[in-house]
Amino acid sequence: MPIFQTGGAAADPLVVFDGVTKRFSAAGGAGEVAALDGVSLSVPRGHITAIIGRSGAGKSTLIRLANGLETPTSGKVLVDGVNVAGMSEAGLRGIRREVGMVFQHFNLLASRTVFDNVALPLEIAGAGKAEIANRVSDLLDLVGLSDKRNRYPSELSGGQKQRVGIARALATEPKLLLSDEATSALDPETTRSVLTLLKQINRDLGLTILLITHEMDVVKQIADDVAVIDGGRIVEQGSAFDILATPRHATTRALLAGQPGHRLPDAIAGRLLAAPVDGGRAVLRIVSATETGGTLLADLVRPLGEAAEVIAGSVETVGERSFAALVVSLPPYQAEQIVASEPLPDGLLSAEVLGYVA
Amino acid sequence: MSPEILWLIAKATGQTLHMVGVAALVGSLLGVPLGVFLATSGKGELFAAPMANRLIGLVVNAARSTPFIILVVAIIPFTRLVAGTSIGTTAAIVPLTVATVPFVARLVEAAVREVDPGLVEAARAMGATPLQIVQKVLLAEALPGLTLALTLTLVSLIGYSAMVGAVGGGGLGDLGIRYGYQRFMPDVMLAVVVVLIVLVQVVQSAGDRLARHFDKRGRRS
Repeated sequence: MPIFQTGGAAADPLVVFDGVTKRFSAAGGAGEVAALDGVSLSVPRGHITAIIGRSGAGKSTLIRLANGLETPTSGKVLVDGVNVAGMSEAGLRGIRREVGMVFQHFNLLASRTVFDNVALPLEIAGAGKAEIANRVSDLLDLVGLSDKRNRYPSELSGGQKQRVGIARALATEPKLLLSDEATSALDPETTRSVLTLLKQINRDLGLTILLITHEMDVVKQIADDVAVIDGGRIVEQGSAFDILATPRHATTRALLAGQPGHRLPDAIAGRLLAAPVDGGRAVLRIVSATETGGTLLADLVRPLGEAAEVIAGSVETVGERSFAALVVSLPPYQAEQIVASEPLPDGLLSAEVLGYVA
Repeated sequence: MSPEILWLIAKATGQTLHMVGVAALVGSLLGVPLGVFLATSGKGELFAAPMANRLIGLVVNAARSTPFIILVVAIIPFTRLVAGTSIGTTAAIVPLTVATVPFVARLVEAAVREVDPGLVEAARAMGATPLQIVQKVLLAEALPGLTLALTLTLVSLIGYSAMVGAVGGGGLGDLGIRYGYQRFMPDVMLAVVVVLIVLVQVVQSAGDRLARHFDKRGRRS
């Protein structure tokens, strides 16, 4: 099976959204609703780029622009240098054969076997019988479903269905894979195995993946780059490591709230105050990482002094790097000193006061 | 029952099968594409043509709300044009077909609308042409529903065909009225009813079985 060569140049992204706005006419015909509002985003070749946001944030619309299932009201969508915005349906069909897509609810044809489902994009592209047979066998090997080739989707588990969906999306050897909440209908264990498969495909075939999700766990497990979308705008973007370790925007923090290293014990979260009180303490979150990948314990402890109490903490690995996050309570003046130091004490990526307790 | 009567029943059965078969075939050939069009031409759909959709919908509704016996006499000039005559079995096929087309169209529309729109989106994302989507997704996925629709059409046609005795169409219904009722031969009436029941049973169970065979969606408990 031919493998797509990807030029490593970050300067030449595979997909570029350039000032994209999409308006829908509102229900009842009263005015318009902007699903996307001036979105600009680049998807580097060979990377896994995740767009994360709550439902209704506009991420479904955004991903559908990349293969022309949606047309922007204004702005450009470049796929490998070609503007697909406003392209005719006939022109889009050519683009779509170079862009695979997997769906939250799999969207497999119930009337077709596993083999015939994976064969469908090849039939559509007019491939010959022998070519289809070879290609589908290779793909079923790749996703580990060779023994299910003559089964119908109704006989498969959710994870197996999504593997069929992935094999089908890869059938025409696309240069871009779009993943529309591919794991949102799956249990955590199946989610991990499907994500591992996507990561493996990204690594082995050099395939660029653009995915949308509302789950930070997905980002943590496979994304290289992340864009956070809220209310039709990109509110924060960066490497997965930076977004997870040192989120800046309120929406990102809200999406991270349940994650280890971000979650506060209920007893603390419930009585957090905005201003210090006499004799009270500050709740401080510090994040630390080293260039070698790990965290020096000394880096975390050194700035805190002896009066600090550990409330919560975790070590998280994102890609090949990891960071340690520690939530401590300490006298307010000390916390404010750390936060105000410029630069931050050695080894610290961020320090912030989350609030105060009595 | 005399051999003559038996022969009459056999002949009438043949006429019924002839009328029902041809009307179902031609009616489906016209009704299936019409139904697919009705299901796919709404606003924002595959072959979006909302005006044509509404117009054809109106015509279909009008045809379906016309009582069949009135349709038979109302279209006599058209029947004469197509069949060369307005009486006899061949002529009776014309109104039967005309009534079948909108009937099939609505049933096909309902079956096609049952197909998950996600599948159409997936096919579009693969670069499928609208005709490929109809052929490989809509018709293929709706096949169990289409089979049941065709079964229902055949059963209804068997009933309708009894009315075309009014234009000398022959068939079982005609036999039942002329011999069973007008000539006071209850045994002929009974025989006609029994043959009709058997016909409907055979068609219905064959259709159900075929639909089950095509249905790969799995039984939900």
